[in-house]
Amino acid sequence: MVRSSPLLRLVLRTVVVGYLVLLVAWPVSLVVTHTFDGGFSALSKAFADPEVTHALQLTAIVALSSVAINLVFGVTISILLVRYEFPGKRLLSALLDVPLSVSPVVVGLALLLVYNPRSGWLGPALADAGVQIIFSTPGMVLATTFVALPLVIREVVPVLEEIGDDQEWAARSLGASSFQTLRRITLPGVKWALVYGVVLALARSLGEYGAVKVVSGNVVGSTQTATLLVDQRYQNFDQPTAYALSFLLAVASVVCIVIVSVLRPKQEA
Amino acid sequence: MSIDISHITKRFPSAGSGKEPFVALDDVSLTIPSGRLTALLGPSGGGKSTLLRIIAGLENADSGAVTIEGTDATHLPAQKRNVGFVFQHYAAFKHMSVAKNVAFGLEIRKRPKAEVKQKVDDLLNLVHLTQFADRLPSQLSGGQRQRMALARALAIEPNVLLLDEPFGALDAKVRKELREWLRRLHDEVHVTTIFVTHDQEEALEVADEIVVINEGRVEQVGTPDQLYDAPANDFVMRFLGPTTEINGVLHRPHDIEVFTHPGIAGSIPARVVRELRVGFEVRLTVELLDAAHEEITVTVTRAHHRSLGLRPDLDVWLAPTHGAVVPVMESVTA
Repeated sequence: MVRSSPLLRLVLRTVVVGYLVLLVAWPVSLVVTHTFDGGFSALSKAFADPEVTHALQLTAIVALSSVAINLVFGVTISILLVRYEFPGKRLLSALLDVPLSVSPVVVGLALLLVYNPRSGWLGPALADAGVQIIFSTPGMVLATTFVALPLVIREVVPVLEEIGDDQEWAARSLGASSFQTLRRITLPGVKWALVYGVVLALARSLGEYGAVKVVSGNVVGSTQTATLLVDQRYQNFDQPTAYALSFLLAVASVVCIVIVSVLRPKQEA
Repeated sequence: MSIDISHITKRFPSAGSGKEPFVALDDVSLTIPSGRLTALLGPSGGGKSTLLRIIAGLENADSGAVTIEGTDATHLPAQKRNVGFVFQHYAAFKHMSVAKNVAFGLEIRKRPKAEVKQKVDDLLNLVHLTQFADRLPSQLSGGQRQRMALARALAIEPNVLLLDEPFGALDAKVRKELREWLRRLHDEVHVTTIFVTHDQEEALEVADEIVVINEGRVEQVGTPDQLYDAPANDFVMRFLGPTTEINGVLHRPHDIEVFTHPGIAGSIPARVVRELRVGFEVRLTVELLDAAHEEITVTVTRAHHRSLGLRPDLDVWLAPTHGAVVPVMESVTA
């Protein structure tokens, strides 16, 4: 290890801690203090509001659905990327990063262009079949899934690469079918990466705003998620409810992270 | 009953477009007898591991057929071949205990619990890992992990046991212990075993039969003694041990006698240039006193070295040892 002077270490520490306090800890703590300005009244008032409970329910439904979809497709795509060779593999890998680099608003608009029931590319056909995507839950799930798409994959791919395919081949030679190998060898091998990816995806999905706002239509009591409601209440000077909802969203994310750090083994061999 | 490999060819696409594909195996035919311990020996990249993986079904040949104990296995997937495979880097199931690792193949086959437990106990006893049954693989040493992998492969009572450089990742001392142990284990279990190695000493020490593979072709098949005493060609001769060339003929450096006086029939004059003592032997670098003045290596025991009074700049006469040269056996057609 490189030895550094105590003074330099002190300065570095101060800079880092100061940076994090100003950027993260201070603003978030303000949300907490504002939520509890009037004791628990803001929270209890928020929970009594049917629009709030509906928005929270909708957020939970959208987030959990998109996490489930991202889990299934994330594992499939990761295995495809690591274990198989096919033309266009590098293109697919690059495409997977698009949701990270493109603004969520653009994602929402793009989905609108495809699924809009009147003028969309695929929307009218789906509308004729009685399936409504835009301005309803499926569209919001779609947008959220798109935005959180790479999170599971980017966690699982490096672990799959690191563990290699020897264990899988060993299982096959011992008589396991490909499904048995997946269930008993591959999935347990990437378990922690999966848990971590799912938690990241869940946190991201709970907090998604831009893409959902475009595709949902932001209809109060119908297609309004918690983040959309926070914004609306804040604009309409109902700050206590906005703070209470923000607090709940932040708590959900923090709980996710805490669960992972408790579950994750100290030192994975 | 045996393993028959007929006309196996395997090519791998080369990195970079437009290049010729790399030929890993070039029309290889081979019969491996049952119940024996056979070594596939050759330099890295010679195709021996590819051949092993094709026998196991981990890799598909471009053409040719594999027959295991009378069954055509060419198009059977790996899990239907009943083949035990041991990997160089153990391929231990990291999230399972040692006992669970060994039980894996039996649980997949849905054997009764009592039978599985009995079998696992027996196998752990066989590989001396009984007291480690509940540990995770990460808590074992490399040698222990490889013994666990062997027990796991033996649990399914395979028709054939395949080992891919099984001791390659271990340090020299453990490697030596484990190969002696493998030899004894094979004498107890008698399962047809093929192991891949690039270490000629390992092959000579452990195997009943050695197949020398180089550049995708079989160079020679035979017992260790046949290969050492009667190599089919210069490649086999060079690969199995050190060689020295006199007048275009290869000899082992320890199969050349050194005299300090002339007059021996067929002897050639030379002069000692350097000497290097390594343990029980002395490696002499001698210069042939012919037109080319070639330098060659000759090995003598330290006692012989002392009794002859060998030293640099001494004139000596060299003659191939009588009885070391055996007529070259019929070359094996690959």
